[in-house]
Parts: sequence; structure tokens; C-alpha cells
Amino acid sequence: MPKPEGEMTWRDLEIGAIVTEPGSASQYKTGDWRSQRPTYDFKKCIKCALCQIFCPEGCIQQNDEGHFEADMYYCKGCGICTRECPTMVITMVEEEE
Amino acid sequence: MARKVGMEVSVAIGEAAKLANVDVVAAYPITPQTHIVEHLAELVANGELDAAYIPVESEHSAMSACLGSAAVGARTFTATAGQGLELMHEVLYVASSMRLPLVMAVANRALSSPLSVWGDHSDVMAVRDTGWIQLFTENGQEVVDNVFCAFRIAEDRKVLLPVMVHLDGFHLSHVIEPILFPEQDKVDKFLPSNQYPLPLHPDRPVTMGDFGPPIIYSEAKWAQEVNLRASKEVILQCWQEFGKAFGRHYSPVERYHSEDAKVLLLTMGSFSETAMTAIDRMRESGKDVGLVRLRLWRPFPFEELRRAVGNAETLIVLDRALSFGGPGGPVCSEVKAALYGEDKKPKVISFVGGLGGRDITPAGFEQIINRGIEISQKGSPNEFEIFGVRE
Repeated sequence: MPKPEGEMTWRDLEIGAIVTEPGSASQYKTGDWRSQRPTYDFKKCIKCALCQIFCPEGCIQQNDEGHFEADMYYCKGCGICTRECPTMVITMVEEEE
Repeated sequence: MARKVGMEVSVAIGEAAKLANVDVVAAYPITPQTHIVEHLAELVANGELDAAYIPVESEHSAMSACLGSAAVGARTFTATAGQGLELMHEVLYVASSMRLPLVMAVANRALSSPLSVWGDHSDVMAVRDTGWIQLFTENGQEVVDNVFCAFRIAEDRKVLLPVMVHLDGFHLSHVIEPILFPEQDKVDKFLPSNQYPLPLHPDRPVTMGDFGPPIIYSEAKWAQEVNLRASKEVILQCWQEFGKAFGRHYSPVERYHSEDAKVLLLTMGSFSETAMTAIDRMRESGKDVGLVRLRLWRPFPFEELRRAVGNAETLIVLDRALSFGGPGGPVCSEVKAALYGEDKKPKVISFVGGLGGRDITPAGFEQIINRGIEISQKGSPNEFEIFGVRE
């Protein structure tokens, strides 16, 4: 793996800042963009996976209990899962840190 | 034996690209560049040049297609002029930032409006900061020679940058000149095949022009700047090697009777040859004048310029472009900036002329020099003077 971007000097870059390894975008913490986060009341969850299908970031996976949950490293807080969930499992709350 | 042929300079550029064995040409025709790409299209269609000719719907697309072909490691050539160069503008930055070695001939043309198909350097000056290496030429032979040099410089492992070869629209692009074409094997020896180190290839995927957030953008830009400045060494070496192989010599700042002259004129492009005639005439009548011609526009040859003009008392710079509302011609601004910190430097006088294809005759250059001398002695309230405008 190359150095994290924050540690790279200009000398460490490939010519033209070309990226030579696939999958480098997975390092990019899009969760930093979030101003609201999803919270869950899994008692209502029917495991229909609609939230996973609609998530534009593709960051929703099933947890150990089979409920669908967003990965906060990537979740941008768009709230589409909240809107699409047929049983109102998800509520968006302000990020307050 | 190298063959000497009388040929239109634009056609000769096509022949030079053929001798350079280009793989891809993507171009959109625009006056006064048209004959360059027409000839290349003919060469490809007739099977004389084994290359892909990509007809495109605009210059923006032409440069974008060139990026793609340079990115797979194909030797790529294009040409444009004036408005076409401006339409390419944003893509020009991408070519240099992704470090793609391609070569473009620019038949320098004035910008609209009023619509002008004729030559000046307005188009060049608008793309000054795009990160390309930029060379100026004065006659057909120089353009042909510098097409070979441009590919060698661009593809050098230490450089990997795109190169513009500038020639004056019409004044140079459309004249018929005797041109010496080197033999194919000598060109091949001077210009080995392109070995781009990180080409796009399905077996070894890379990402070019990636997303560059604030944490890395400055590093990327500084790497580009260091690289462009360092390319000067390779450019000097290339011209030296070219001189050895073909007997014609080029340097970043070229001089004509300038060594001990008190008054110097500085020009760029084909007008330099007319200016030489004026210098000859003035020297014959006992005037202590010389000429300095700037060939390398980017990277700017600071040291060479300082050496060439440092001993003069007056330096008159002729620009063929206006910097509206600015400090004078764009070349003159840079010359002044290069000399500002020097203890010993000439007074620098800025003239703008030759706009939109307007000729400057040898007599005109004499007037510019004489007026420049007058300004250096008596001063002037103006940042610069425009030459030849009817009051």
C-alpha cells in the first residue's frame, strides 16, 4: 500500500499523480461529509433490503442479526434510506460533535 | 542524402510528423493551421503514414482524443490555431498535469473579435500558464527540426510533458520555403520509440487524472512545477544532440549582433528575421544595435536571458499581443520580472505591434528601435506604446 495521502510528499507521487493500485477510492472517508446520521429502531425492521438497494453510496450491509446498517466511514448522511424504508426504522439525527 | 525541397511550411510540418512516425493524429481544421492537418489526413488516407487519424467535432474533442492516445503510449500529434487553441484551454491543463507527452503545432492567430484569421500571439499568451513546454520558431526549417526535437523532449523519461511548437500563422504557415528533410533512419536514430512508463493497459490498470482533495493537490502541482523547470536541461541537451546529428543549432535565447550592443531589440517568432534586416541596416549606418530572439517561452530561460541582455543599456521588447489593462506586452512583463532583481540591467521599453497579421517592415523595426531609444532617454508617461496605429 502507498503512504496515506496526508503523509505523501510531492516526491512520493507517481508521474502526473497517477494512481497505480486499484481500489484507492475505498480509502476516501466520505463519512466526513455527513451533517446528519441515520439511527435505527431495528424492532420494526422487516429485512426487506430496500435501504441497501437505494443507498447511493452502497455502504449499507447486513449486521449479525440480519438488520441493515450503514457503514459510518462512508455514509454521507443523505437520508435516502430513511425516506425509502417502508416500516420507518430509520431516523436522521444531527451530527453534533 | 537529406533532400532539400521547396514546400509550403504547413505541408512540411505534416511531412515532419510522418518522419517522426506518429501513431495518432486527432485534429480539427482551423485557419491558418488547416493545411497541416489536411496534409496529414492525406498521408494517412493514401497509406503513406501508418497512423490513426481521428476526425473530431471540435478542438476540445481533438485535445481530449490526444490525451487518450498519449495515455496508451501512442505517439500523438495535433495542430491548432487561435480560437481553436482557446477552445482546448481546459484540456491543455489536463495534458500537462497528467504528464502526457504529445506534440502540437500552433499556427499563431489573433483572437476575435473583430474576427481575424491572421497572425499574432494573442492565442499563445492566453495559454501561457497551461504547463506545456513552448517553443517558438522563425522559419520553416526551424519548425520541421523542432517537431523532431519536441517529440524527443516530450517523451524523455525525465520530462513527460506536452510540447507546443509555435509558428506564426500565414507569415510562416503559408509561405513556401526550401526545407531540408533528414533521412528516415537518421530521424529514427534521433527519435527512438515512445516508451511511456505508465500507459493505460487492461493488464495493469492505473487511474489518471484522479480526484485530488486539498490534502494532496498542492503536492501534485509542485511536482509538476519542479518537473517543468527541470525540463530545461533536457531541452538544452536535445538541441545539442540535434546540432551534432543534423548540423543546425538551437538555444533558448538566440542572439544577433547583440554581444556588445548598447541597444537591444527582443522579438519572438518569424518577425525576428525581418528584425535582423533592420539591425543590419542600422549597424551599417553606425548604430550600436543588436537583436535577441526568445525561442524557449516555457520553461522561461531566466539565466540565458539575463546573460544575453545584462550588458545592454536599453532593451526594447516587441510583443505581438496585448495584455488589456496590464503593464505592457506579456513577453515584456516577463522580461522585466526576470531582470528586476539584477544589479546591472538595461532599461526595458515595451512595444506592442504586428497585431492581427499587420506587417512590421524593416523600416518599421527601425522606427520602433529609434523611438525606444528616445523613450529610454526622455522617458514616457505610458506603460507601453503601440506601434503603427493610426491616430
